[in-house]
Amino acid sequence: MQLLATQQLTAFYGDFQALYGVDIRLDAGETIAIIGANGAGKSTLLKAIAGLIPSPADSVLLDGIPIGAKRAADIVRLGVALVPEGRRLFPSLNVEENLLIGGQASKHAGPWTLDRVYRLFPVLKERRSSAAPILSGGQQQMAAIGRALMSNPRVLLCDEISLGLAPIVIADIYAALPQIKAEGTSVVLVEQDIAQAMKAADRLYCFQEGRVSLEGRPGELSRDQIHHAYFG
Amino acid sequence: MTGFLDAIIQGILLGGLYALFATGLSLMFGVMRLVNLAHGDLIVLAAFAILAVAEKLGADPFVAVLLAAPVLFAIGFGLQHALLNRTLGRDLLPPLLVTFGLSIIIQNGLLQAFSADSRRLRSGAIETASIPLGGDIAVGVVPLLTLLSAIAVIVVLNLIFYRTAIGRAFRATSDDLEVAELMGIDVNRTFAIAMGIAFVVIAIAALYLGLRANFDPTIGPVRLLYAFEAVIIGGLGSFWGTLAGGVILGLAQTIGARIDPEWQILSGHLAFLVVLAIRPRGLFPRAVD
Repeated sequence: MQLLATQQLTAFYGDFQALYGVDIRLDAGETIAIIGANGAGKSTLLKAIAGLIPSPADSVLLDGIPIGAKRAADIVRLGVALVPEGRRLFPSLNVEENLLIGGQASKHAGPWTLDRVYRLFPVLKERRSSAAPILSGGQQQMAAIGRALMSNPRVLLCDEISLGLAPIVIADIYAALPQIKAEGTSVVLVEQDIAQAMKAADRLYCFQEGRVSLEGRPGELSRDQIHHAYFG
Repeated sequence: MTGFLDAIIQGILLGGLYALFATGLSLMFGVMRLVNLAHGDLIVLAAFAILAVAEKLGADPFVAVLLAAPVLFAIGFGLQHALLNRTLGRDLLPPLLVTFGLSIIIQNGLLQAFSADSRRLRSGAIETASIPLGGDIAVGVVPLLTLLSAIAVIVVLNLIFYRTAIGRAFRATSDDLEVAELMGIDVNRTFAIAMGIAFVVIAIAALYLGLRANFDPTIGPVRLLYAFEAVIIGGLGSFWGTLAGGVILGLAQTIGARIDPEWQILSGHLAFLVVLAIRPRGLFPRAVD
């Protein structure tokens, strides 16, 4: 059952073209990973889906309905939430306020509440009244994921959630993924860390210079194939 | 000695008025990063609006401001939504140009509608009432109400900013516009609500401006200058800082005037320059910016 798809998605930053006709598909309950070198267009893909970069209406479909032309604020209400690269918590808000604001606009109820996020990441409950900037990198990443979950998304877009974190912290964060999936959320992971991506994802897309260079299930792709798709 | 004590008390009370001028400006800058060059003229416009309501209905200005406030909220909301939101972006120049243009339009519109005559809000005995504090010192009821209103406005604004969902949205939007949109916040609407609230503060400032002294359509820019100075002395983004900034400005002016009446305005500006030289970010800047 296809939940989210892009069709010949293109994206531009001014005159610079970042995506050249990208087709990806995410089924309900599935986790896919997007890998690729820096500048391959991975983050651009997530920004285009989330509505931060304008794209033609029918180049992004949610439940088969075109959402490409919608604004970011509308897309999150439709159930697609982005955990942005670099976490980008609100520095003037404490941890709990950051979480609350994630659920503020969303009208539809769901499994994710403040309590449920605190159960997923207990350390956030301890730091609930701390200002966001004084958290450790890992705690900030947990808060950013929790903030996105508070909108009870059907699709969670995660942009480089392991970036700049120690391996043990990355393991902690990825350990939360099964619980998120268990609540029925489908996940798109953008990852630099190929090993992590292959462990977590049901399917994999490799991007190269704004195009999909390889697609498949982790078990069915060889190291050589990925190496070639990654570097060209 | 009594003279200086009196100057200090009057200065603090005058500071309440400057704080009221400045709080709306502080709110707009804090949420929208909007430098509103028409702020002083908007205060004068609101004073005329209160005057018009008061004269039309034969109402006391304190009642008239209650009637004018919702209208001004709506005007602020509409102005931000229809016009000012379009000027906001990476480039700082468009909002400056547009609000500068607004300032000229408001001044000339008021001249057309109300003539250049000096006007005043009339509220009967309360205007001249005062409370003796012993010695030769007395405080006027209106100046005292001005300061108390400034404090009340700031308490309410802090409650809105730190205790409500819309206040959370104000702070989040001010931090990071793009991520605020990712949270489903309608940024245009959020800014419009902030401007509506700023207009209510403008209405309160206008009430006390009109009760304290004469006003005419051309006095806006000078109020803008005092408001800017109070905001910058206090530090951008802090309402209590803005109150402190207003009080410092008021104190400097009345103490300067006590030394030599010609020094009143100058000493206010000097205090501003001294603070700017010692603490370029103001006395109470926001921790993160």
